[in-house]
Amino acid sequence: MALVAAKLGCGYRNRAVFANVSLRIEPGELLAVLGPNGAGKTTLLKALSRLVRPTAGTVTLDGLDVWQLPPSTVAAHVAFAPQVLAPDWPFTVYEFVSLGRAPHRGWWRPLTTADRRVIDESLEKLSVTALRHRTVTELSGGEWQRVRLAKALTQQPQVLLLDEPTAHLDPRFQLDLLTAIRQLTRTQNLAVVMTLHDLNLVGPWADRVALLAHGGLLAVGSPNDVLTTDILATAYGVRLAVAPHPLTAMPSISLAPHVGKSS
Amino acid sequence: MPERRHSNSYIPLAFVGLLILLVITAFGSLGLGVVPVGEVFDAVWRSTNDPVRTIVYEVRLPRILLAVLIGVALGTSGAAYQALFRNPLADPFIVGASSGAATGATLVIVMGWTGAIAGIGATSIGAFAGTLLAVWLVYAIASVGRMPSVTMLLAGAAISTMLSGLVWLMMALANEQFQKILYWLMGGLNGKGMPEVARTWPLLLGGAGVLCLLGRPLDAVCCGEDVARSLGLRVGAIFAVVLAAASLVVATSVAVGGIVGFIGLAAPHLARPLVGAAHVRLIPASGLIGAVLLLIADGIARSIVPPLELPLSAITALIGGPIFLIVLRRTASHATGGT
Repeated sequence: MALVAAKLGCGYRNRAVFANVSLRIEPGELLAVLGPNGAGKTTLLKALSRLVRPTAGTVTLDGLDVWQLPPSTVAAHVAFAPQVLAPDWPFTVYEFVSLGRAPHRGWWRPLTTADRRVIDESLEKLSVTALRHRTVTELSGGEWQRVRLAKALTQQPQVLLLDEPTAHLDPRFQLDLLTAIRQLTRTQNLAVVMTLHDLNLVGPWADRVALLAHGGLLAVGSPNDVLTTDILATAYGVRLAVAPHPLTAMPSISLAPHVGKSS
Repeated sequence: MPERRHSNSYIPLAFVGLLILLVITAFGSLGLGVVPVGEVFDAVWRSTNDPVRTIVYEVRLPRILLAVLIGVALGTSGAAYQALFRNPLADPFIVGASSGAATGATLVIVMGWTGAIAGIGATSIGAFAGTLLAVWLVYAIASVGRMPSVTMLLAGAAISTMLSGLVWLMMALANEQFQKILYWLMGGLNGKGMPEVARTWPLLLGGAGVLCLLGRPLDAVCCGEDVARSLGLRVGAIFAVVLAAASLVVATSVAVGGIVGFIGLAAPHLARPLVGAAHVRLIPASGLIGAVLLLIADGIARSIVPPLELPLSAITALIGGPIFLIVLRRTASHATGGT
């Protein structure tokens, strides 16, 4: 199931965030969305998941405009994991993750055995089965990141939209989580879009990179094509050193003092 | 930290326990007063014109039923408001519902409007309109942008204070009804009988029932608007239905029993440690706890200095106040303690 954004424009009140963004996300593909603060990375994910109504252009799911579909139908195919803090209420991890079944079973029918199996599998895939009876208020930042991803997986989506899945994570958890996401992309044939802050995480994990900056899509392509000193300088306003990573040969980006300012 | 379990095995037990507690307090309340306990239960077998039977059936029983109904209404609506406003300090009073109801009802009394629509009296209709208006106003003001919880509390406090001012003003201007309004504002079930029960139970139980059914959508709502909408929930529709149902039960209970504070705040906080945060269980449990609390408060109100009737709102405030402060203190230390 392909998700297609065509000439998409978004804005709030009188302020345009971006315009003319066209993207196609295919099953089995992991797309990373990069861009400086305020470029509209989160807004793009919200537009793709039918949370924000675009001011121009369309988002289509297998050729159908998402705004012509009821929200529950979209949610049954497209799972968006917004970057939110754990709720302040003592829900158990299991209760929170089980919310992901709502688009499929509605809000009133109780969980079936099949629902429970899906929930158990999601917990297992993100290695949070042991936390199932803990309350979400007690989780560490890393545990919460995995739990909110487990909720998105419980929606059994074909398209997975993740807002900063690696924020606040230690290197170990970043590695585990990105490995899990990439594995899901391949094994479940998911179309995955994730926003990232850390440019160094992009190369080894993403199939394609979309760079949002200056009110539009600055570049789309493979990590090697997009992550260059010149393109990054245009996007971020600083010159970054880009060199092949010693282990992966993927672009490795570093910030150097003094030599950084672009004219 | 030890693992806190909300495994499903003991939750039915919690509900059975609450029901037993409700029955015990109801029977306890039935036995409170000048007619001794032994004779009360004797009344069932007495002839219909026996004074003890009259007291039990026409004074105490309707009063207990009303206490249960209003307690359920305040408990369930308190839990619903807390989810809707995503704020542990929300309750019918803080969100402006109670003072809205009081203003609407006072206006009706002062203007001398009478009559009824579909069996619902003018006072109740005034109370309902006032509640809806006040809660909508608080929500409209507080939900501009991503509101921190403090905005809602400030908006609610400001609107409640403004409306109280309006009530006092109306009372002062209509001084022949001063006594009547004051007596009603203080809250209490004194002198209420079977007609009040018959008039209010469909509204109170109907509204509370709707709130109980909306437990799962409310779980999503209190995880934040983005989470709720990403699950395909029509957040606006849920807001409208919950707001209408909660306001209906609050307005009805204010119209019959006056402003009874703190039950709506305290009941959900007492219910959460028992049944967890999931609203499918939390809302009914809050209703049961609300009923128990109100039965106790009403029992105290009418029996502690007989034959005097103490205002119900004073008793609930004295019980609920300390609970509110503990919650406030816990929230404050939680916020500064970090995760």
